[in-house]
Amino acid sequence: MLASIQNWFLQLAETHPKWNFIFFYDPVQWQRLVSGLWMTIKLSLVCLLLSVIIGIVGAWLQGARNPVLRLFVQGYIQFFRNTPPLVQLLFFYFALGQFTPTYSPDGWLEVPIISNVGWAIISLSFFAGAFNVEIFRSGIEAVPESTREASEALGFSRLQTYIYTVFPLAFRVSLPALNNNLVNLVKTTTQAMAIAVPELLYEMVSIYNDYSTAQNASMLVLFLSYIVLVGILVLGMNRWERTLKIPGVGE
Amino acid sequence: MNESPVTVGGHGPVWTPDQPLVSIHDVHKSFGKLEVLKGVSLDVMQGEVICIIGPSGSGKSTLIRCVNALNDIQKGSIRVEGIEVNDPGLDKLALRKKVGMVFQQYNLFPHKTALQNIMMAPIKVLKLDKAEARQRAVTLLDKVRLEGKEDSYPGELSGGQQQRVAIARSLAMNPKVMLFDEVTAALDPETVKEVLVTIKDLAAEGMTCILVTHEMGFAREVADHIYFTDRGVIVEHGPPATFFDKASDPRTREFLGQIL
Repeated sequence: MLASIQNWFLQLAETHPKWNFIFFYDPVQWQRLVSGLWMTIKLSLVCLLLSVIIGIVGAWLQGARNPVLRLFVQGYIQFFRNTPPLVQLLFFYFALGQFTPTYSPDGWLEVPIISNVGWAIISLSFFAGAFNVEIFRSGIEAVPESTREASEALGFSRLQTYIYTVFPLAFRVSLPALNNNLVNLVKTTTQAMAIAVPELLYEMVSIYNDYSTAQNASMLVLFLSYIVLVGILVLGMNRWERTLKIPGVGE
Repeated sequence: MNESPVTVGGHGPVWTPDQPLVSIHDVHKSFGKLEVLKGVSLDVMQGEVICIIGPSGSGKSTLIRCVNALNDIQKGSIRVEGIEVNDPGLDKLALRKKVGMVFQQYNLFPHKTALQNIMMAPIKVLKLDKAEARQRAVTLLDKVRLEGKEDSYPGELSGGQQQRVAIARSLAMNPKVMLFDEVTAALDPETVKEVLVTIKDLAAEGMTCILVTHEMGFAREVADHIYFTDRGVIVEHGPPATFFDKASDPRTREFLGQIL
């Protein structure tokens, strides 16, 4: 079965030299594709999680009484929202990367404690997190002040009111916008290529740099991969949205 | 017996049942430049039901919101069972355990069922055992005549039903005094009654109640004392019989003339 598929693509490459799906019959190239895809998935999941946490904490801090704290969050949002993510990646890796301490695993080569993958995670999480803060903030603002008051009148503290009432309601309101931002985040992971993170785009470009006949095939696989990846994310988010739907609301 | 005043946590003398449960004295409240309460004083004894009536914007809602510190006051004193509300070091939690509040718009938690709405504060605030809180909630739902609605979400209930869940939610905290802020104002005429009956039951059981209301017939029936406020002051007050039939102030008479 596997051999016949490999054979078919090999035949295709011979008869149509512009459609060389080399990774489907050459195990070494297949390894590159798989490891790239896996890196993209890992990068997406970790950044997704971190950016949502940053969003929640940031939105909470934005409602803080301390004006310095609010200003800090505001500054963070302005910086990460208003500058290109590619520039941020380069800045984190090349500018900040110079100042991070190094260690030597083999006693010979000095390696910075934060790798390029580490910087990509930090940079992309903060980038998407800045949008998430704004998304959650608008959700929080949609929760009526009177609901908050009712909670506080029952003796809930400000934090308890946030955890049990404001956030669960705000989160539901925020989901569609969050959905969009997370889709964007998955697609933005391709920019990590600029600091040589071996994610899917990086691997596919490497493949067609080595085998120029694989260019069209690589592009096609790239598009399809992201359609599937984002499709799974959107499907999951939509399902989540449905399970969180409150009976009797918006009907 | 000779009782000497004892202080607890800096909140002044310990409350004894011969003192008013809620004592409001010379309360002034401003929103920016607008002064909405201009020296209001009233006392509520334990087990008493008082109604505050008056035209919109007269400060009646603001007054009861000050009692559980949802609004702060600029001058004067509010004491609830000995706790001074106008105190920067106020223990809000201690105050709010004593004071239950029901709002005009019910303000239930829309993402929780009726039962969960009632159980939440006893579990999270009073740290009650879950089974005990559930038992208490079921009993209260029966009390407000909503047996069978345990698993309904607020959005699936009518206004009157939601308001009764809100009353049960407040009662679950075993408050000493209940504040009702125009709780029937958003309801259809048919459902007003079911809510009023619930409040009347409470009053009959001896719950101390402070009601802001436009339901004059109801006020006359359940209140021990009526206060009429206008432009931030109490214009006139008295037991319902005297108040409704022998109001002396022209402003009171004008107001009653418009709505009775």
